[in-house]
Amino acid sequence: MPLDNVVFWVFAPIAIASAVGMLVMRNVVHAALFLIVNFGCIAVMYLLLDAPFLFAVQIVVYAGAIMVLFLFVIMLLGVDRDDVRTERLFLQRPLAIVLAVGFVAEISVAVRAGVGFATLAPAGFEQLQPAGNAQAVAEVLFRDYFFPFEVTSILLIVAAIAAMVLAQRNVRAVTQAELDTVADPDPVVAP
Amino acid sequence: MVETLRSHDVAALWVIPALPLAAAFVNLFLGKRLGRWSGVIATLAVIGSFAVSVSLVGDLLSRPADERLALQHLFDWISVGGFRVGADLRLDALSATMILVVTGIGSLIHLYSINYMAHDERRGRYFSYLNLFVFFMLMLVLGANYLVLYLGWEGVGLCSFLLIGFWFDKPGNAEAAKKAFITTRIGDTLMLIGLALLVFTFGTLDFEPIFGSAASVLTKDSATVIALLLFAGAIGKSAQLPLQVWLPDAMAGPTPVSALIHAATMVTAGVYLVIRSHVLFEVSGVALTVVLVIGVATALFAATCAIAQYDIKRVLAYSTISQLGYMFIAVGMRAYAVAMFFLVAHAFYKALMFLGAGSVIHGMDGEQDMRSMGGLRRAMPITFVTFMIGALAQAGIPPLAGFFAKDALLEVAQHSGRGVVYVLATIAAFLTAFYLGRMLIMTFFGTPRSEAAEHAHESSPEMWVPLAILAGGVAIGGVLELSPDGRLAGYLEPVVGVLDDGSGLAFLALAGIAVAVAVVSLAVTWWIYGSGKVDPVAFRARLEPMATAAQHGWYVDRAYDVVFIQPAKALARMTGDVVDAKVIDGAVNGVAGLVKRVASGGRLVQTGFVRTYALVLFVGAVLVLGYVGVRV
Amino acid sequence: MRTPIAYFLLLAGLLFAMGTVGVLINRNALRIFMSVELQLNAVNLTLVAFARMHGDLTGQVLAFFSMVVAAAEVVVGLAIIVTIYRSRRSVDVDDVREMRW
Repeated sequence: MPLDNVVFWVFAPIAIASAVGMLVMRNVVHAALFLIVNFGCIAVMYLLLDAPFLFAVQIVVYAGAIMVLFLFVIMLLGVDRDDVRTERLFLQRPLAIVLAVGFVAEISVAVRAGVGFATLAPAGFEQLQPAGNAQAVAEVLFRDYFFPFEVTSILLIVAAIAAMVLAQRNVRAVTQAELDTVADPDPVVAP
Repeated sequence: MVETLRSHDVAALWVIPALPLAAAFVNLFLGKRLGRWSGVIATLAVIGSFAVSVSLVGDLLSRPADERLALQHLFDWISVGGFRVGADLRLDALSATMILVVTGIGSLIHLYSINYMAHDERRGRYFSYLNLFVFFMLMLVLGANYLVLYLGWEGVGLCSFLLIGFWFDKPGNAEAAKKAFITTRIGDTLMLIGLALLVFTFGTLDFEPIFGSAASVLTKDSATVIALLLFAGAIGKSAQLPLQVWLPDAMAGPTPVSALIHAATMVTAGVYLVIRSHVLFEVSGVALTVVLVIGVATALFAATCAIAQYDIKRVLAYSTISQLGYMFIAVGMRAYAVAMFFLVAHAFYKALMFLGAGSVIHGMDGEQDMRSMGGLRRAMPITFVTFMIGALAQAGIPPLAGFFAKDALLEVAQHSGRGVVYVLATIAAFLTAFYLGRMLIMTFFGTPRSEAAEHAHESSPEMWVPLAILAGGVAIGGVLELSPDGRLAGYLEPVVGVLDDGSGLAFLALAGIAVAVAVVSLAVTWWIYGSGKVDPVAFRARLEPMATAAQHGWYVDRAYDVVFIQPAKALARMTGDVVDAKVIDGAVNGVAGLVKRVASGGRLVQTGFVRTYALVLFVGAVLVLGYVGVRV
Repeated sequence: MRTPIAYFLLLAGLLFAMGTVGVLINRNALRIFMSVELQLNAVNLTLVAFARMHGDLTGQVLAFFSMVVAAAEVVVGLAIIVTIYRSRRSVDVDDVREMRW
């Protein structure tokens, strides 16, 4: 058994198990931790798919930054107590599971028809990136997708500002009438 | 027939209408600040226009008779495919006569208005409208194609509307303005159809090609249709039967307006239109007969109405309608030069009488009922003399201008063998002299019949100077014309052609008959109203119910109300209450109700649970994926 | 590399389905949000897998963009959740159902 097959068969079950764990854990913090494990497994998959740059980004951005943000919010809001898990929507849960199974079945059929279960990736991927994966991605990114890249920077700034606006404490404009009320706390009421 | 004139370009033609237009805008925007000066500016603009007209007409007359046609192309107005209409001006003998009348009499009336409107706060607006009217009237007569003519035609209608309703805060005036506008619109719409037919037939609206090819292009029937449609416009504008109802009510406007628009100029636009289009009418032949019949009927009809009026301005209004009928009689007999002479003479003496009536009303502090007047000849001598000159001119007393005009008309009728027309026109002349005599005597003779009449006063020089000038014009105007082929006729000849002179009674015999009729008529009125031997009230009572009927215009208004207006209102009410409320609102409300019912069922889908929506989304995704999988 | 591409795709499909189930059955907004992240990652995995299969780096770049957008989305989404929590002391999405008829 080649090494990459071994790696796949080790990390794929862990990914699935951690996803299941995220779903079934009663504590939100535990669920978040399982999700980090899952993201780590996916990062390994990127490595198997010859994408070492994305492997690093996945670890740094997802498992690192994003999930830390999640945990931070969970702690901030103090919602890390166990959730109520009763379902009041009729058929929601069984239907969700049935549909999910159906979806997986459809994907399987589609993959089989479109890709084939035994199809191996073509060789020669390394020749595309003589100076290494990061350099190759950078070349595509800054040559072909430079404008979208710049647009994403705007998106990030907008998102940062939006987060600040949304999350700040409510600051309300004080009207002149309210100031008057304060200045004259005991207005004369007509009999 | 009409010879083809050689034309030349005149660059200054546009100045004639432009001056009043500019003054109109100045008064419109600055009228309030200008104060008394607004009237001065308006008057100077029209006088300037008159001066330019005189110089251009003088230039025109200095040329040989077959070159008396000046054109000016201002800009291309419409250019659609092969159809072109330019903003073209045209000065020939016919339009020259008209612009001299419009600007000449117009400037006198403007001068008169300065004092007449001195105490009106909105005089800036008044002079603006009046100038705008002069502009449109000049465009009407100077237009070198039917579209420019139509522009002026509708423009003067607009100004007429604005000025009739100038004192819109007084009861009834706004209604009178609307009535004038809507009634003339009937004719205008038919005329517009006529213009459309002209475009359809000739592919152009320019006078020159239309008249040049009319005889070969038009059949008798198509010429009749077009000519009658144009004549319908003339009927509306010139208040002929059956659209005469608006003119008496139009007297609601200020008196100078009545003088300028509803006596001297605008109402004669119909006559001008028919004369300008005489080629079309002659191809038809039938159309000329219709013009003649309408003219005779109107002349008689309006004369009977005038006799029974008490309001001095309404007498003059009906008299105007009657005189316009005379002009159409002349046109109907193809005596265009006579019609033009009549038009000019009428413009003078009728403007004179209207301004005189305005002076009387001014002196009587706004009273218009002749029963409250009487004896004014002592209080207002200048007004009396000038007014009487006007009245005698219209009655046909020589040597005043009206006598020559009417005599020329009667001579044409008699010489061309139209005996019936001659007799009816003579009867109308008798009636004319009768109502004029009645008006003169009731207003100026006898004793004052009211407080206001006793304290009446002569108007200021600004008002009586124009009266004097007009009276002078009426007095010596006859020299323009001593017979049907006199000076004006010869001068108009290149445009309207020469009338074949028939034979009949000699000039002196005809004149004698006409004068005798007028004098007898005036004598009868003196006997009834002035001698004191007959009680006018009892005389009128004996003629009831005819007198009252005539006073109310033979109830034509009421008949129109029953026949047209009430059914139209009923139809409007029906469509408003039934069609709109039930059918249209029903459809709208029905659709709304349907949407509401569907929505009230459909809103149950909106549970508000985000997860339900997500589930439905997922169902859709799975289904689409399954569908795509099955198909591929 | 001798792991068939199909395996990665199937793993991605499976993870996506589980993420979807997580979105549908959870009431806690934070859990739903985490499930959405799982779905996004599953999609990224397919992108990278297809990039490998076709020998085209564009798929990887697209996955990179997806991560950037996901980061922005997380920032705004969490801010919204914080705001909702402030106003109603709860992050239960079933409580937030004013937007109906």
